[in-house]
Amino acid sequence: MQYVAAKTADEAVALLVGQSGMARVLAGGTDLLVQLKSGMVEPDLVVDIKRIPGMKDITAEAGGFRIGAAVSGAELGEHAGVCAMWPGVVEGFNLIGSTQVQGRATMAGNLCNASPAGDAVPSLVAADATARVHGPNGARDVAILGIPAGPGRTTLAKGEIITSIFLPARPARASDAYLRFIPRTEMDIAVASAGVSLVLAADGTVESARVALGAVAPTVLLAEEAAKAITGTRLEEDALARMAAACAAICKPIDDKRGTVEFRTKTAGVLAKRAARIAYDRAGAKK
Amino acid sequence: MKTIHVSTTINGDPAEFICTPDETLLDVLRNRLGLTGAKEGCGTGDCGACSVTVNGRLVCSCLVLGAEAQDADISTIEGMADGDTLHPLQRAFIEHAALQCGICTPGILVAAKALLEKNPDPTDEELRYWLAGNLCRCTGYDKIIRAVQAAAAEMRGA
Repeated sequence: MQYVAAKTADEAVALLVGQSGMARVLAGGTDLLVQLKSGMVEPDLVVDIKRIPGMKDITAEAGGFRIGAAVSGAELGEHAGVCAMWPGVVEGFNLIGSTQVQGRATMAGNLCNASPAGDAVPSLVAADATARVHGPNGARDVAILGIPAGPGRTTLAKGEIITSIFLPARPARASDAYLRFIPRTEMDIAVASAGVSLVLAADGTVESARVALGAVAPTVLLAEEAAKAITGTRLEEDALARMAAACAAICKPIDDKRGTVEFRTKTAGVLAKRAARIAYDRAGAKK
Repeated sequence: MKTIHVSTTINGDPAEFICTPDETLLDVLRNRLGLTGAKEGCGTGDCGACSVTVNGRLVCSCLVLGAEAQDADISTIEGMADGDTLHPLQRAFIEHAALQCGICTPGILVAAKALLEKNPDPTDEELRYWLAGNLCRCTGYDKIIRAVQAAAAEMRGA
């Protein structure tokens, strides 16, 4: 195995393109080093992207924020601006692993690891965030939903890396939330999860909504019918019930010792309802 | 495998080492630099026994490559005491008998120190969540929590 700390995104791309064997990108390493240790992957080349300028930066852009691909959970959680604008994104990401893991783990890494249960991903989908992908043909922006292809697989082509994630601007009366179910209180993988982002109208009704579900399908799901069920409402009980039913209708979870199909399907809807209430309160509280 | 030469700072002193590209920082500390305070419990970032700080961030050294330490500032348990004078956390762990076998202790001390630098007056709940990635199979955690709170109180008074 060869280790190279790339100095530019172009250098990282060239190294990855030029490697005929297996190559892996190293950001926080909290997934990659475990895979190396277990022998699950035996890469010929590991490209560390943390020394590329901008990778550790959080910058205000077009009213939103651009998060460098190597920004850790601890760093994002300390950024007051991002926490105020996108609390659901931060709380989802910060649920991953321990304090030690948060010192290294990255959102882009969680996205590229492509676990159906990645806690950073549903909130990013709900936020309508985009990933900036750098590749042999330059840079392009891809909706987060377009990155995962299945468990452990992404749509990124050979030589492509994510260099940053962009969280868009939002109006004043808007917020988001993320909830997951785990059988303990900390350090576990989601059995089902939901991220909800809401924009409220001046009269307190939901003007627009995005609902995303995790761990209930091979990839994160955007629950468009669920979002429609609460749009124009004040999250009355019947609207929330329709939303939960719409969530359940699109779940295609696996059945394993951590949760049955029936349990995961029901729980996804329940979590979406609760996350919607939290996002609603946060959005209203902002005034 | 081609070895890599790394220049770094460990506990305030410049340090240099040679490592293989797939060697973890934990293995470098223990096997090449003789700093055996950090322990390998799981090797997969679950137990926290290998906790160190890299550029001020608490991390599991088993999840860091040695090569990544280039130009970094690393602190380990060996840098915690000032000569023969123990850190208040170390003294509190002895006074409160907050350890039995001791394997988890270096990691917990490093992690607790990182918390108190950020939050000198944590609640028990904040402390327990912060230390959720430091597994102890002996003590049941209660004495650990009491020891950290005692040290925190002393450090606030100091």
